[in-house]
Amino acid sequence: MTREEILARIRTRFGEDIIDFFDKSPKRVYIEIRPEAIVRVGTYIFSDLGARFNTASGVDSRTSIEILYHFTLEDINLLISIRVKLDRSQPEIDSLSPCLEAANWVEREMHELLGIDFRGHPDLRRLLLPDQWPEGVYPLRQDYQEWDEEAVRDRGV
Amino acid sequence: MKETIIPIGPYHPLQEEPEFFTLTVEGERVVDIDVRVGYNHRGIEKLSEMKTFDQSTFVIERICGICSTSHPFAYTRALEDIISMGVPRRARYIRTIIAEGERIHSHLLWLGLAGHFLGYKTVYMWAWKLREEILDVMEMLSGNRNNYAMFKPGGVRRDIKAADLPVALGKLDSIIPTLEMLRKAVLEDPVLHARTQGIGVLSKQDAIDFSALGPTARASGVARDVRKDCPYGAYDEVEWDMIVTANGDVFDKLVVRIGEVFESVRIMKACLLNLPRGEIDAGIADIPPGEGIGHIEAPRGETFHYVRSDGTNRPVRHKVRAPTFMNLPTFKTTVKGATLSDATIILAAIDPCYCCTERMAVRDPEGRTLGDGYDLIRLSQEKTARIKRKMGNK
Repeated sequence: MTREEILARIRTRFGEDIIDFFDKSPKRVYIEIRPEAIVRVGTYIFSDLGARFNTASGVDSRTSIEILYHFTLEDINLLISIRVKLDRSQPEIDSLSPCLEAANWVEREMHELLGIDFRGHPDLRRLLLPDQWPEGVYPLRQDYQEWDEEAVRDRGV
Repeated sequence: MKETIIPIGPYHPLQEEPEFFTLTVEGERVVDIDVRVGYNHRGIEKLSEMKTFDQSTFVIERICGICSTSHPFAYTRALEDIISMGVPRRARYIRTIIAEGERIHSHLLWLGLAGHFLGYKTVYMWAWKLREEILDVMEMLSGNRNNYAMFKPGGVRRDIKAADLPVALGKLDSIIPTLEMLRKAVLEDPVLHARTQGIGVLSKQDAIDFSALGPTARASGVARDVRKDCPYGAYDEVEWDMIVTANGDVFDKLVVRIGEVFESVRIMKACLLNLPRGEIDAGIADIPPGEGIGHIEAPRGETFHYVRSDGTNRPVRHKVRAPTFMNLPTFKTTVKGATLSDATIILAAIDPCYCCTERMAVRDPEGRTLGDGYDLIRLSQEKTARIKRKMGNK
């Protein structure tokens, strides 16, 4: 399939779920979808189109929590980024992990660093942050405040 | 049978990426594995938000000591993606030369350690001796053995002098015979076959499901390489082959990495010979608002950077995904069912920052220590010695 055919398929199949379609360059496409559709869209691109799941980037944009799921279609050299915007006060979304093993750790990482709740994730234990890190403090949020007084003291700031 | 938990890790002075493995074993056999990372989580993504775009180039070069150039490479490409601009041809060639030199020394480092774990001290010494030659070339070209600081958004910071070209080419030619000998010694050794063939198999389907990367995926028959799939640098202008094997065991990962060292020498030589004249820097002044993605093939697989800019001189968000993050979860399938003496080499086979395997401690349920990491390497080395004796090859 060519690039145009694949993008046309995504458009017709998920027409109602797509909020914004940004064809940035020959190698990059950004598609914003409704958060409810992420499992449908994600599994279609991964399983049916045979894409590779690169990773997902969680972003705190101050107005909302964004997640960009990056997929690479290696045959046509195209990187598709699926964007969802979540409510910042209570960010939650269905987990891709049950049908996409590669998303398991990626979602665990976003869960602890950005405080996004992934519904149906098999294992949301801590992966990166230390055990003494307080609950409910998310370091990649824009309003993150240093909580460890010893760390502040040792840095001398 | 009674299950025993074996904690491995998390710290070792050699490794730059400490990991903590919890192996559940029944007797000799591993039945489950749990991995915990983050012991060296330095918050570089957050730190990068506080640095200017130019400063970040140097910060992220410190993410990894072995594949130090892959991160600035991906990051500068992400910035260039925001602006949608290309890089001068000479700069692309220099970038490729540095990236391939890094791949050669990284793979040789792994080969040496794999030899060490298996009880092949000669392989270990030879591989690391060869690696020194490459590090000398890198020092001559960039001024440093590691952390080359060659990259900047829009090009490279330092040109390659014409006088250095013949010296570098001579060095590359001189390592080929030793490499050939090493390849022959490693790939034709019956004991090594016995230790690595059919061990730690990652099936093709699992490699796809886990989105495994780099040599880990290519050894399982997944022909996936960012250099071929999404060409950058000078990779689409020089001749080279992607090394893909079918079995997915430790032996195939060895084959892929050794083959790639030869290909990297080939790419490096082609780039040095055909180094085009011209500018080395496109001169990027400001980064406009927008978002960009840069991904490149590091020695262990794809390194992925996502950068968002709001028009100031600092990134709003800088996401870094290193290849080991995708490759580590494959342990769930490769280690299960293996024996303890094979676990060392399986854990080392994806080329994580291996050294955690030296920090194992075997305890019984009451907490008594039955053996530590050195015993585990000893177990692995003894198995090799046993096979050698059986084959009458002392």
